[in-house]
Amino acid sequence: MKKLLLGNEAIARGVYEAGATVASAYPGTPSTEITEYISEYDEIYSEWAPNEKVAMEVAIGASFGGARSVCAMKHVGLNVAADPLFTASYTGVNGGLVIFVADDPGMHSSQNEQDTRIIARGAKVPVLEPSDSQECKDFTKEAFKISESFDTPVIVRLSTRVSHSQGIVEMEDREAYEIKPYVKNPAKYVMMPAMAKKRHLVVEDRMAKLREFSETTSLNRIEWGDKKVGVITSGISYEYSKEAFGNVSYLKLGMVHPLPEKLIKDFAKEVEVLYVIEELEPFIENQCLKMGLKVTGKALLPVTGEYSASLIRSKVLGQQEEKQNTIDAEAPVRPPVMCAGCPHRGMYYVLKKLKLTVSGDIGCYTLGALAPVESMDACVCMGASIGMAHGMEKAMGMDAARKTVAVIGDSTFIHSGITGLIDIVYNKGTSTVLILDNSITGMTGHQQNPTTGYTIKGEPTRQVDLVKLCQAVGVERVRVCDPFDLEAFEKAVREEIAAEEPSVIISQRPCALLKNVKFGPLLSINREKCTKCRMCMKLGCPAIVDRGDHLEINSALCVGCGLCTKVCRFNAMEKAGGH
Amino acid sequence: MRNTAIMIVGVGGQGTLLTSRILGDVALSSGLDVKVSEVHGMSQRGGSVVTYVKMGEKIHSPVIEKNEADILLCFEQLEALRWIDYAKKDASVIINTQRIDPMPVIIGRAKYPESIIEKIQADYKNVTAVPALDLAKDCGNIKAVNVVMIGVMAKRTDIEKDVWLKAIEKTVKPQFVEINIKAFMAGYNFKLD
Repeated sequence: MKKLLLGNEAIARGVYEAGATVASAYPGTPSTEITEYISEYDEIYSEWAPNEKVAMEVAIGASFGGARSVCAMKHVGLNVAADPLFTASYTGVNGGLVIFVADDPGMHSSQNEQDTRIIARGAKVPVLEPSDSQECKDFTKEAFKISESFDTPVIVRLSTRVSHSQGIVEMEDREAYEIKPYVKNPAKYVMMPAMAKKRHLVVEDRMAKLREFSETTSLNRIEWGDKKVGVITSGISYEYSKEAFGNVSYLKLGMVHPLPEKLIKDFAKEVEVLYVIEELEPFIENQCLKMGLKVTGKALLPVTGEYSASLIRSKVLGQQEEKQNTIDAEAPVRPPVMCAGCPHRGMYYVLKKLKLTVSGDIGCYTLGALAPVESMDACVCMGASIGMAHGMEKAMGMDAARKTVAVIGDSTFIHSGITGLIDIVYNKGTSTVLILDNSITGMTGHQQNPTTGYTIKGEPTRQVDLVKLCQAVGVERVRVCDPFDLEAFEKAVREEIAAEEPSVIISQRPCALLKNVKFGPLLSINREKCTKCRMCMKLGCPAIVDRGDHLEINSALCVGCGLCTKVCRFNAMEKAGGH
Repeated sequence: MRNTAIMIVGVGGQGTLLTSRILGDVALSSGLDVKVSEVHGMSQRGGSVVTYVKMGEKIHSPVIEKNEADILLCFEQLEALRWIDYAKKDASVIINTQRIDPMPVIIGRAKYPESIIEKIQADYKNVTAVPALDLAKDCGNIKAVNVVMIGVMAKRTDIEKDVWLKAIEKTVKPQFVEINIKAFMAGYNFKLD
């Protein structure tokens, strides 16, 4: 049977068909759906872990325990999980261990554009790279075989376009995979210097064997066409190349680390001009150059952004696309915004009013850096807001902490914010941390987390009590506040930033997109009462529109959250249809 | 059949993902190769969103590029303007007349361009402007704008109506099938006055 599957869904199907039984992940665009789809298979135990490091450790443990196991993350998640990865490369596996990492060229939803192949090379683990949904499934199954044959974790590298494109996939049955017996083997599984020294030799030997394997595996294939031009490519770049170059010769690499040097040389010999087409870093190209081959790639194409067939046509083939119309009107940009009814809006209104420096973090609330809120001062990585606020205090003095807050989501706090908070307490900081508890992981599309009280399958579970957690690490000033109660919220922020000790405000209000969130009636602006003072515009609500001569509420966007009624001093916000 | 490229543009939250799922199902049941590409995540929060649907004998790149779209299905006027260069000269351009102001316009830092549809009509012969929000309201749910638009588009393809209806039945939750079929038909039967 054939089905149309998202790349990530096809990965999940591959995990299922391979007989895997354990999956752990932390959500991150564009990788999130892999684990969401896995959770629909009852044959596989699946979970959201607090962060990628824990997810990988769970997968490693499951592999030691004899199961085929997986973890999934976005490219920056691999940084968090790099510690276990680099040493799991030494231990190797028992049951097959496959790690899915989704890169985000073009940064559709990320803070940087790093290339996973480079981390994988550092960790000395093989990397497979599928080009479409069918390969997502096929390569996943192949990855388990490689993992077990060569006793190594295997990375399957994805990119936004592969993860988030749907393609046709042939469905197959689930393989009966028997859990391998666990045998105590400290020389393999306990990485202390004496054991690790021996294992490093094993790793080097394994890489040599993988190099040989890459020469013969069907993952790498040559498609002969016109031999005037040869293209070495992989992943989504293969699909773009096929459209741009047409009937030339291709060396399509499904295994991008380690590379098949002999195959590449043989291919190069047969063609007149050789190109390497790969998004992000010149990973394949540099190795070709090192082998003494004459190749062209990054001399013409950028290391930044996503590629496309037209980019290749224009940069490599010199074919420019002509504009075919005479329309010259500029379309104003449409950046993402916090939704109407978003709980973060009330919080930012207060922070902006108090003119605070905001050390920010990763989630929907990062949108508070954009106009008109423009409240966030810094955002680096998951959990960084708290450590950065502490660092600013240590650099600028305790007075700076009277004007600074760290802002972090509930899920991000559990991911890696808690350690920063411990640092503040331990090292006598006085910063104020706002934990935004919106009852869900928002930006990645509503995943459960340890603070929501539900598992990935929606089953009730023990819930992390944020108040008790903060108190337990030594914060004495912890309070819970509704960000839509603007007066009380402002008072709380004023008091906590003034306190010369660590403090935490839990800004508690559920995400407006949650099904159980109910608001009041939709609103409209009574033009007779409205003085056009534009206080409501400071909220940055997408439903309130400035028409120049008047203000109005877009009834298609208003959800009736009523936040605007709290900032309007003239009671101009009324129930829609009421005047 | 030659390859067909359909591009759906709109604003995050307008239901473009459901639209692409329905389109994907239609292509699959027509026995064609198909790729559907969409971007999830941050831009879904009220940003400009684009979905590419390509069907035909063999599809490589999932992405549609400038001058390649046979159908440009626009859920919002400004997004039609933003992506019009992607339409072929003889493309069917279907525009929902709904206007959603982007944040720079809302806060007065930019102006929403005037007479977008007229400007596009001056250069493209095959433009259909649809008051999809009103049609959806008449059907009883303003959220059905996306399915109204699918109805308008379906009429302009060679694919049988029943194939579309089956795809809708398969894709939406059972309790919403009736309203969505109604919205589809409102779009399918839409005629310019």
